[in-house]
Amino acid sequence: MSNIIEIKGVSKHFGDDQALHNINLNIKNGEFLTLLGPSGCGKTTLLRILSGFETANSGTILLSGKDVTDIPPEERHVNLVFQNYALFPHMTVFENVAFGLRCKHTPLIEINERVNNMLNMVKLNKFAIRKPHQLSGGQQQRVAIARAVINEPIVLLLDEPLSALDYHLRRNMQIELKDLQRRLGITFVFVTHDQEEALSMSDRVAVMHAGCIDQLGTPRDVYEEPCNVRVAKFIGQANIFDTKIVHTTQKTIQVEIEGEIFTLKNSDEFAVDENVHIVIRPEDIEVWGKTEIKDTTGMLPGIVEQVIYKGSTVDLIVRLHSGRSVSATQFFNEDDENLEYDLHEKVWVKWMPGWEVTLRHMDTE
Amino acid sequence: MKNSIIKSSYATLVYLLLYTPIAVIIIFSFNNATFSSLWHGFTWHWYKVLFHDHEILTVVLHSLTIGVLASTTAVIIGTLAAVSLFRYQFNGKQLLHGLLFILIISPDIIMGISLLILYNAINIPLGFWSLLLAHITFCIPFVAVTVYSRVTTLNKHIFEAARDLGANDFTIFGKIVIPLLLPAIIAGWLLSFTLSLDDVIISYFVSGPGYEILPLKIFSMVRLGVKPEVNALCTIMLGVTLIIVLLSQSVLLNNKKR
Amino acid sequence: MLAFKRFSIGTIWTWLCVFALLPLILVILTSFLTSDINHLVKFPATFANYGQLFNDAYLRILLQSIYLAASCTLICLIIGYPFAFIIARNKSRFRPLLLLLVIIPFWTSSLIRTYAIMAILKTKGILNSALLAMGIIHHPLHILYSYTAVLIGTSYDLLPFMILPLFANIEKLDSTYIDAARDLGASKIRTFIKIIIPLTLSGIISGSILVFLPAMTMFFIPILLGGAKNLLLGNLIENQFLTANNWPMGAAISIFVTLLMCSMIFLYWKSKNKSLTE
Repeated sequence: MSNIIEIKGVSKHFGDDQALHNINLNIKNGEFLTLLGPSGCGKTTLLRILSGFETANSGTILLSGKDVTDIPPEERHVNLVFQNYALFPHMTVFENVAFGLRCKHTPLIEINERVNNMLNMVKLNKFAIRKPHQLSGGQQQRVAIARAVINEPIVLLLDEPLSALDYHLRRNMQIELKDLQRRLGITFVFVTHDQEEALSMSDRVAVMHAGCIDQLGTPRDVYEEPCNVRVAKFIGQANIFDTKIVHTTQKTIQVEIEGEIFTLKNSDEFAVDENVHIVIRPEDIEVWGKTEIKDTTGMLPGIVEQVIYKGSTVDLIVRLHSGRSVSATQFFNEDDENLEYDLHEKVWVKWMPGWEVTLRHMDTE
Repeated sequence: MKNSIIKSSYATLVYLLLYTPIAVIIIFSFNNATFSSLWHGFTWHWYKVLFHDHEILTVVLHSLTIGVLASTTAVIIGTLAAVSLFRYQFNGKQLLHGLLFILIISPDIIMGISLLILYNAINIPLGFWSLLLAHITFCIPFVAVTVYSRVTTLNKHIFEAARDLGANDFTIFGKIVIPLLLPAIIAGWLLSFTLSLDDVIISYFVSGPGYEILPLKIFSMVRLGVKPEVNALCTIMLGVTLIIVLLSQSVLLNNKKR
Repeated sequence: MLAFKRFSIGTIWTWLCVFALLPLILVILTSFLTSDINHLVKFPATFANYGQLFNDAYLRILLQSIYLAASCTLICLIIGYPFAFIIARNKSRFRPLLLLLVIIPFWTSSLIRTYAIMAILKTKGILNSALLAMGIIHHPLHILYSYTAVLIGTSYDLLPFMILPLFANIEKLDSTYIDAARDLGASKIRTFIKIIIPLTLSGIISGSILVFLPAMTMFFIPILLGGAKNLLLGNLIENQFLTANNWPMGAAISIFVTLLMCSMIFLYWKSKNKSLTE
């Protein structure tokens, strides 16, 4: 796949606020890329630079090989779906969708045909003569997408388009959006602060923090192999033990956690005395009742502090001897229906060696 | 960059347009000449002439009396109207809204002649009372609108909370509504006072020879042409208006910050 | 509990009924009566007053008033709209000051502002002195006591009444609509005509109401600036009531003005409903 957008060394500041630091990012043709990060991380600024509403202070943007850094939004072949849709309240659904074509002086007959096709595609053909305020949130959302997509943009930019919807509608729209992207074959650049949304929809995710891209990779990469502890904390839940390496070999490292020595895999040429974070996802932690096992090597003792029933899983908060707690997600499965835990029950916790992620301390720490 | 220069020069031009004529009056009220449009040196003379003119002083006193009485009454009725519109459901609520709106935008001359016909029909002689009642009437909607825009920012549950704690409506009005709305009430009073002090058209129809007020006095002076003592009188009026605007804006602004 | 509610609603309704509704009804009644030298009005009831509105003399003043008021509204709109737009979109720390500078003339007496225009326009006034001094003209212009003077004065007096409603409306305009239009490829002119104007239409109409109606009824402006030659509806009404003592005729003209107002309010109300966002 070729690059449809190349972002080269883009920086942006508003007064003294540095919004983006030297961003380099290539977006491939036809992919669904998500810019993920907490509010204020610069993801919306980057999107507005791509759409042309903001100008970068330095760096260049290439759109299918052409330099568009100084091209205004009305002349760029990208379209933006706004956070609150920005549907024109005085126009009908049809007029909203037709607006872009009218700006290009498309012949009337063609406008009619294309708008009707587009409304069919988003299942809104019955609502063509309604005004935006007569539609539900999900319908407005679809009009906003139709209004942008009908211009056949090279890239569709979406600025937190699902944030105004309630939970169920959100889940449905995620599926619909992903489906629409596949059918249209257009590149989507999606901005969100919701990591679950990012993981479930994207081909690749760029995790942003304070104007920089921390990690760029597939959803699986960023979840299973976070590049630093910040990404590990932001995406999904994580139990993080801070410790020091006491011994290394080429293939293994030894660390002390809660007074126990653990031998883990040496994933990144670690050296003795290095400070590291050991990250373990809750679903990788096993919890055993006292009576269930005899051999407790490589296990940590603890007390069940909270049991949170979640339908398909049970989340446990276990307090270890040192006083810190770990969270563990237990799945119901047919072989083991014994998922009854009592409060204050004494248990042993362990994880499969090698499923942990060992991370160096970051420069800022 | 070029764009912003065009914008600010256009805005400056309009401001100049708005303020130049006023500035001219102020400057020439200090000009030491009777008819000239050239500068002949600074003088307080025209102000001294004004302050020795007993007729003008009487007229000013009349205007102040009407202004204070009318705005105070209008503030009471207007505040009651605004609070009722916000708190209560009652028949004709929409009509009341509409009526207040229409009173604000309807041309003064319509109110002037209709009150003239009313006074004639129910035998109220033109003079102090006819003026006062007219001024109260045209001030009420302005107070109601000013106070209403503030009252809508209040949480309706405040009233319920007060009732829950045992307050009756009169207590609620005195202890909760008035203190919370005070900035808007003051602003409404100041606006009414200015309106009353400046009104020419309505007063023109409902005043009698026995009770002359300032705006009408200025009108009859202005009809005779541009004169330095009129410049001085207008300058004083402009000064009073400026002080009132600044007062009312600072009252409203301070409250917004809090 | 009900006592207070009754008291406040009763007070406001009584006042408005006696001093607003009742007078209006009396005006309507008067407009259908015949004028009388001794008692001002008398029976029989008649439509004659309304018929007279279309007499040549009245019709001329009527058309002239509408023409002047329309010109004045247009002038205020053309000067005021870009200005209100610039001020409302200004996000600098001077914004409150900029707004205050518009509010001050809004509160200032129109009579005094008309007088100021008199001082500027008179033959030996500032304008002529300045133009003569700069050598642009060689003989003073006689603008005062002309139609032009009335138009200038009316526009100057009413400009703040156009700017403030526009400001309030443009301030509320969400700038993402403008961004969205640009994103869809609209030029600046297209964005202005198709998006900005329709979304601020209710501001345009309310500003126009506040300019158009006073423009033809503020009778002191033609008296002070137009001499006796350029009379408008306001002067006609004033004259019928205070000089000619033909109250029914004056009332009929007033009703005509009121109807004009009602139709403008109707337009405003429609435009407001049309641009409803929620």
